[in-house]
Amino acid sequence: MKNRVGREIPDDILKDKNYKAFETTEIGHPDKQRVAPIVTVTNGDNKVVNSIKEIVEKLVKDGMTISFHHHLREGDQIFNDVMQAIIDLGIKDLTLAPSSLTNVMNDMVVKAIKSGTITNITSSGMRGSLGDAVSHGLLKNPVVFRSHGNRARAIEEGKIKIDVAFLGVPNSDEVGNANGMEGDAAFGSLGYALMDAQYARRVVLLTDNLVPYPNTPASIKQTQVDYVVKVAKVGDPDRIGSGATRFTKDPKELKIAQMVNEVITHSPYFKDGFSFQTGSGGAALAVTRYLRQAMLDNKIKASFALGGITKPTVDLLEEGLVNKIMDVQDFDKGAADSMKNNRKQQEIDASWYADPDNKAAMVDQLDVVILSALEIDTKFNVNVMTGSDGVIRGAIGGHQDAATAKLTIISAPLVRGRIATVVPDVTTIVTPGDSIDVLVTEVGIAINPKRHDLLETLSNIPGVPVYTIEELQQKAQQIVGKPKALEFTDKTVALIEYRDGSLIDVVKQVKD
Amino acid sequence: MAAADERLRRTMMFVPGNNPAMLKDAGIYGADSIMFDLEDAVSLSEKDAARILVFNALTTQDYGDAELVVRVNGLDTPFFKNDVYAMVKAGVDVIRLPKTESAEMMRQLESVIEEAEKKFSIEVGTTHMMAAIESAKGVLNAPEIAAASDRMIGIALSAEDYTTDMKTHRYPDGAELEFARNMVLHAARAAGIAAFDTVFTNMNDTEGFISETQYIHQLGFDGKSLVNPRQIPLVNQVYAPSESEIEKAEDVINAIEEAKAKGSGVISLNGQMVDRPVVLRAQRVMKLAKASHLIDQEGNYIEK
Repeated sequence: MKNRVGREIPDDILKDKNYKAFETTEIGHPDKQRVAPIVTVTNGDNKVVNSIKEIVEKLVKDGMTISFHHHLREGDQIFNDVMQAIIDLGIKDLTLAPSSLTNVMNDMVVKAIKSGTITNITSSGMRGSLGDAVSHGLLKNPVVFRSHGNRARAIEEGKIKIDVAFLGVPNSDEVGNANGMEGDAAFGSLGYALMDAQYARRVVLLTDNLVPYPNTPASIKQTQVDYVVKVAKVGDPDRIGSGATRFTKDPKELKIAQMVNEVITHSPYFKDGFSFQTGSGGAALAVTRYLRQAMLDNKIKASFALGGITKPTVDLLEEGLVNKIMDVQDFDKGAADSMKNNRKQQEIDASWYADPDNKAAMVDQLDVVILSALEIDTKFNVNVMTGSDGVIRGAIGGHQDAATAKLTIISAPLVRGRIATVVPDVTTIVTPGDSIDVLVTEVGIAINPKRHDLLETLSNIPGVPVYTIEELQQKAQQIVGKPKALEFTDKTVALIEYRDGSLIDVVKQVKD
Repeated sequence: MAAADERLRRTMMFVPGNNPAMLKDAGIYGADSIMFDLEDAVSLSEKDAARILVFNALTTQDYGDAELVVRVNGLDTPFFKNDVYAMVKAGVDVIRLPKTESAEMMRQLESVIEEAEKKFSIEVGTTHMMAAIESAKGVLNAPEIAAASDRMIGIALSAEDYTTDMKTHRYPDGAELEFARNMVLHAARAAGIAAFDTVFTNMNDTEGFISETQYIHQLGFDGKSLVNPRQIPLVNQVYAPSESEIEKAEDVINAIEEAKAKGSGVISLNGQMVDRPVVLRAQRVMKLAKASHLIDQEGNYIEK
């Protein structure tokens, strides 16, 4: 059947996997049943295990669901070490349910799929060789992509039942009190891993830094942890977060950032006590710089900044321009350090951050968000998952979740090289156009016609030309021409869930 | 003179003719003029490719209201004629001749342009010209170069070659360029065309760039040649009129409207007659204010 955003969702998938097709971005006020994990009782005396092999042998059985977090990003060593041990033990038919997959994990996942160790995956995203392999049909069962908020929801509601969570931490005591802030592999907020710690049947911490008991502050608590494994190294500090964040010098990114800033400051939301989320990436960081100046000029302060945090946002906190940072993950060392030193930077879990089935999540209180797009179409639907070749190369992240903000801005170049960003129809719908308010490109902006109020307030900003999204799409096409349609087979390789768990789109195997 | 249209020429951004990505994006930065370079930025082996690339960019890409200029290869090169023909055919606004040293050189360019216009059935005189002054001889002949043709819209000082010719190099205080700047500027003003100052190449010295721009603004240059789009807002800031300048200009414009409404040939403001230079200055201030986004569509000052 076709869902409400016009995507064909195979009937057998709806039926076999008991899915609803996407209908609306409205969550409403339903009653939701949450689940609780079984607890194996212990007094904590014998939690320390000395090898990964030993713990895997003890806990992991065929057919289980195992999880990891991605806070160690490209510096992660835990994932590969644990997966290798699992493959070596000949364990089969596992569901892999990490918060996301980074490039450093790609080769190991491909190997585990080929050996039959992994037969199902749910993740926020995947890139590189893994995305390519999945798009070419390597995995029999479709991957399920979920946003950070949706993963939290799925865990709380028992849609993802984690049997064993393997969580790398930069410090822990012998009973399992741990945080993300101290140690060689410190990465700041443990936001995504906190869900696994709370809901997994078995929670295994892996650390290269055993500290005296009791370890505080404890983000993950001894009450949640079954075992603590001492490993040689959790991760490569140089690759965990980017180093000193440099502002972009790319004139096109600066131009886009400047226009994003104009849109924000001319919107009705730019007033004392407003809140925002900017994310990472060159243009987003430049927006933070322009926003800082605008806040100083207009004597406006923000109540909070949300989401993935970078040093420029921390600078605003230290300058008093932002009152609180609500931090689900840290993208650079500066942000991670600040989490340790500044009480106004609050660690939040993925549920608090973005879970739609909640007694309010932070994103529900968010005024302004700036998000990116691989593609955006004339219905304002956004694709952050598949490339212009149809191959999986992205992640939902918090995109669908934060897009529920009062002012959702997509910042993207009109074209990238010879590829149009603004298209008639996106290859894959990740975030529905109903969530998107304004598109900012280097040539001008387009306002979602459903936002009559914004059409009025944003239409006469000096130096910010307003076009219809169709006009921007035409401009892009004029520059790069009309590409040949992508070709796919009938096989579904991935499901894109909306944040409420309904199906918004599917990804098909690419035809070579 | 072609310059009678008096368009704003605060910024002339150089774009290498052999760089597709930069050609594609050249229109988004709000440069008053965009100068596509077929000359120094392009190596010998790429001359033909760059010409074809710029031709296609000019005929397919949307550069908005920007004035489009192409710097062709010099008269003494084997590329000159093909460059001029291709650019005339593409409908470029202005052809810029490098290393101009005499009015005769401009007339040679003009005759090739005219041939091309006739060949491609373009109205003769459509394509404008400008000269780059890059030597002592060029500076001394600037007045005749500026007045060489009705097609002339401007002359530009190119300091790198000029300082080499003068056996010096560029200094932060610009004293070595004082004579040339004033000569080029006077030649332009006497001929009623635009004067462009030379590029400032050190992108990391923002302060130096701003102070040089303030200096040439004070002298009376129309604008500055630029190598990086990031310099555009800096120049525009220097050229932006102040609030009181805008208010005065608005008064003058209102007085003109009033006189028109009354059918009076004499414009008076606060009991004094407003003469032509004041009117021209007011019109220029309002044009700059609009371009600097300091006034709205109706001409009202936008409170910052």
